[in-house]
Formats: sequence, C-alpha cells, structure tokens
Amino acid sequence: MRFNIAFRNFFIVLLSTLVLSACATQKKASVQTVDDVYTGTETIEYLAKGVPDRVFFATNKSKLTTAARDTLRKQATWLRKNKDINITVEGHADERGTREYNLALGERRANAAKDYLMTYGISGKRISVISYGKERPVNPTSTPLAWSQNRRSVSVKAN
Amino acid sequence: MKKIITFILICIFSSKSAHSLVKVDITRGNLDPLPIAVSPLYVDTKSEKLSSLEVDDLGKNVSKVIENNFRSTGLFNPLKKDAFVQKPDIAHLKPRFEDWRLIKAQALITGKLLIKDKKLKVEFRLWDTTAAQEMLALSFTTTPENWRRVAHIISDKVYERLTGESGYFDTRVIYVSETGPKGQRIKKLALMDQDGYNTKYLTLGNELVLTPRFNPTNQLVTYMSYFKNMPRVYLLDIETGVQEVVGSFPGMTFAPRFSPDGKKIIMSYAEDGNSDIYSMDMETRVVEKITDHPSIDTSPSYSPDGKFICFNSDRSGLQQLYVMRSDGTQVKRITFGKGIYGTPVWSPRGDLIAFTKVRKGRFYIGVMRTDGSGERLLTENYYQEAPSWSPNGRVLIFYRETKSDSKGKGHSAKLWSIDITGYNERQIKTETDASDPSWSSLLSK
Repeated sequence: MRFNIAFRNFFIVLLSTLVLSACATQKKASVQTVDDVYTGTETIEYLAKGVPDRVFFATNKSKLTTAARDTLRKQATWLRKNKDINITVEGHADERGTREYNLALGERRANAAKDYLMTYGISGKRISVISYGKERPVNPTSTPLAWSQNRRSVSVKAN
Repeated sequence: MKKIITFILICIFSSKSAHSLVKVDITRGNLDPLPIAVSPLYVDTKSEKLSSLEVDDLGKNVSKVIENNFRSTGLFNPLKKDAFVQKPDIAHLKPRFEDWRLIKAQALITGKLLIKDKKLKVEFRLWDTTAAQEMLALSFTTTPENWRRVAHIISDKVYERLTGESGYFDTRVIYVSETGPKGQRIKKLALMDQDGYNTKYLTLGNELVLTPRFNPTNQLVTYMSYFKNMPRVYLLDIETGVQEVVGSFPGMTFAPRFSPDGKKIIMSYAEDGNSDIYSMDMETRVVEKITDHPSIDTSPSYSPDGKFICFNSDRSGLQQLYVMRSDGTQVKRITFGKGIYGTPVWSPRGDLIAFTKVRKGRFYIGVMRTDGSGERLLTENYYQEAPSWSPNGRVLIFYRETKSDSKGKGHSAKLWSIDITGYNERQIKTETDASDPSWSSLLSK
C-alpha cells in the first residue's frame, strides 16, 4: 500500500513534468499552431461579417477541432439565414503526403465539414464537396506553418 | 502511332553461341561499367537525300542515341569516338579487333544505313572484340522519321545480348507537365521517349490532370482530370485523342491503373468521406466494389498475373501497404516498419513491390518482396514519390520536388530514375517541370 502511494506520487510528479515540458516546446515551436492545427487568422477569408470560410486540421487527420466546430456553426447560422446560397466545401492537404492519399484525405476533410453543417440543419443538397488533395496550397512555402495553413477545408459560395 | 509500330524485322544474319563471350552482370550495382565502342553507322552513298532529315549525319546521330542509352544504364561506358581508328564502313564489314582492343573496347557496335524509296534500311552488328567474334546481326526497315526508334531498338537488342535481360529503351514515358506558380499549377499530360526526346502534349492545361498510366499495349492512358470541376477517372486514346470519363460515379474517382490484361481499370471512388477500391470492366462496364472499409483505401496495383492487388490503406491508423486477392478477399497487411507507406506498384516480374515511404519528414523510394520482407530503401530526399517500373523490372522512374523558400520560390518538380540496386540515380530531362511519370511497356516486342 505504502509502495503504491509512493508510486502514485511519483507518477503524478512525472506526469506534470511531462505536461509542463510539452507546453514549453509548443510555445517555442509556434504560437500559431496548437497540437499541429493552425490557430492563426492569416489566409482566412470571410463569407460574411464574422463568418470565417475555413477550418484547419492536424496532419493526416480529418477530425474537427473545437475551433473548427465553432467556425462551422457560424457558417450554418449564416446558411440558415441565406437559404438561396449553396456552397462547395473544398478539402485540401499539405504537400507532405503522397498525391493519391492526399486526394482521399481532402475528400474526407471536406465531408467532415459537410457532415457537421448538416447536423446543424443545413440540407446536404446545398453542400457539394470537392477534394484538391495537395494541388492547391494557399501558402506555397515549405514550412510547418504553411503546411498547417494548407491542411484545410474551405466553404465557397457555389452560386 | 500505328505507323511507328509497324517495324519489319527483315532477317537475322547469325547469332553464334554465347560461350565465354562478353557479358554484363546487372544484378548488382556495377562499379566497373563495360567499355563499349559505338561506331557511327555508315551512310550508304547510294542513299537518297531527304528534305526533312540530314541524311549524311544520320549514321552519327543514331550512334549518339545508342551511346546515350548505354551511358544512362550505368552498366556501360561508351568510348569517345575520337579514339576510333577504323572507318565505319570497313569496321562494319570486318573489324580489326586489335585496333578496338587497343582503346579498351570490349564490345563494338557497327552498322550501315541506306535510304531508298523513302525507306530507311538499317543493319547493325555487335562484336566481341576479345573473342574476335560477331555476337549479333540484325537489319530492319522503317520510315526515315523513325530513326530515333531504330537507335532504341538496336540498343535493346544489344542490351539483351549482353545482359541476358530484356531491354527498355524503345519505350515511352507519360507524365504530367507542370508550369506556373505552386498555388495555381497548370498541368498537362505529356508523352516522351524514354530518353526525353519527342515530347508531345496531350491536353491543353485548361483543367488539372493527374496520375496518367498506360494500358498494356500503350494505346490508351487512364488518368484523373478535373474537367468541369468534377474530379473523375478518364480514358484517353493516344492515337485518336478521344477522351471519355470512366464509369458514372456520382463522386470523385482517382488513382486509376489498368489490369495486366488491359480489360479492367482499377481505381478509388470516394463516397461521403470514405475511399474504397473499385474495378470496372471496360467492355461490359460492370463495376465491382473490391474493398469495403471505413478507411481510405487507394493506390491499387495488380500483380502481373492479375491474381492479386496491392494497395494503400490507413485502416491501421496510418498509411500502410496491403495485399489482397483481386476479388478483395484475404486482405493482408505487409508493412510494419517505422514510418508510413504509400503508392505500392507491383513489379512487371512479379517479385517486388516498389513504394514510397515517409519517415521523420523524409521521403524514400524503396522496394520489398511481395510479402513485405526484404525492404530496401533506394533513395532519400525532401519529397519524392510515385515510382513506376521499367518494363524489364530493373529501373524505377519517379518524381522529386524541392522545397520552396519563404517567398514560395525555388520549388521544382523533376523526373528521376534509379536502378533497383540503388545505384545510378539520375535526372531525366523534361521540357517543363514534371511529375507522375508512368513507363510504357516495350513498343516493339
């Protein structure tokens, strides 16, 4: 029992050290990405006032972050108010993957955004998707920051 | 196209037994390339003049193409012509072997050409200078415009005779030509001879095109196009220029490849965020779903006997390589190494799978046995992918991209080739930037 408590305390100390050092390296690496996802505002355009057009993803992932869901809810609200507008969600990948896989990944990202918009009441008929894989980077430089900006799905007006 | 392919092999003079004659071992990296002399082909004085070609230079030009082919293999060392003592016409009749041995040539190619009735007649001989013997003699007739192909066919015949393997010089490469800024690349389908000559552009660049691949007879190409902003797999007839969409899928189809019998196209179809592998019979138009998994399944490639398919899937969490029977059963993961794997392509010999590997931010082209064992990484770089096999399964062609700087400049995409021994890595010159190369089979068999 005593050993167990000692072990647990040691574990807690170890864990907090790990968390602290993780935070430190995160800050050093870039303030514009958190957990490999872009959190800055550069490259973002607006569908309407306060409605960002894009969301960002982690490497090889298509899971929506809290910030992404927040953006998509704003898009859904705007789409509900503007019933005559249809959109195309473009899915993109960064340049650090093979071309064919990136096409599939871009499609999966675009659909993640589309699905979320649909759960907020937007008809799937108003949303088409297209994947560009790594073919259309918004930032053409070869840096981790650029890659994070390129891992995106962008909602564009289709009509 | 058809015209080009109607080569007539007229006669085989002789081909003596191979005992103890000069031979090149190509199964390992050759650090001691075989010295070979390619005498300029003698132009028969009875040759007609042509308006389209400088006939007097033709013999020299054919020999230069042959030399360039041999140099590109890394297995041969074509000797400088200034050292040649014997005149082409005399050498072709009967070489003075001691002259050629003096300049260290171990093999000698001689030849003669004649243009008569607007036809080009070429004969050539391969000699073993040490054994003082003729090893090969052939002649053929074609249209004079085909002179580069004549040189490639001669190269293939000599390569076959000296290495015991089939050649790969009379082949073409289809690829994607790239121009313009990185964020807005203009891409066209382009076709060229394996040595980078005779480039033809097959699309105009109005829409994005990707990943072209030949059918087994090299008449058709399947590729992906964003025509009308609908990314789909297409089929192009090179001879007629006719293009058609493959199948009637409601969403994106991509990563197409022909089956080894040319009857099917295998590809990925993406539906609601999930990509699976499908095949379509070109004649019956019957579509078959081959994989059914809620992960990304793409980059399918058949084994040469058509019984198996290797492909790329992230069903384990990250991109790995898998092999299954061509009906989709018995799926087996074959890569377990550190890093991620993509673009598996089955070798035409059936014994190896070439792939792209990404590890610690670096890209590798490698080969492994078809069960995933014996992985060998051949080349490492910032970005490279998409290997395609030479028809003899000895060389891989792939594309490599360079980094762009903080202003987005300095980016390039080029074609490269490397032997499966890991030796002889070289860039293949293209008129523009280039990617997604696919090697044809031999045009004349």
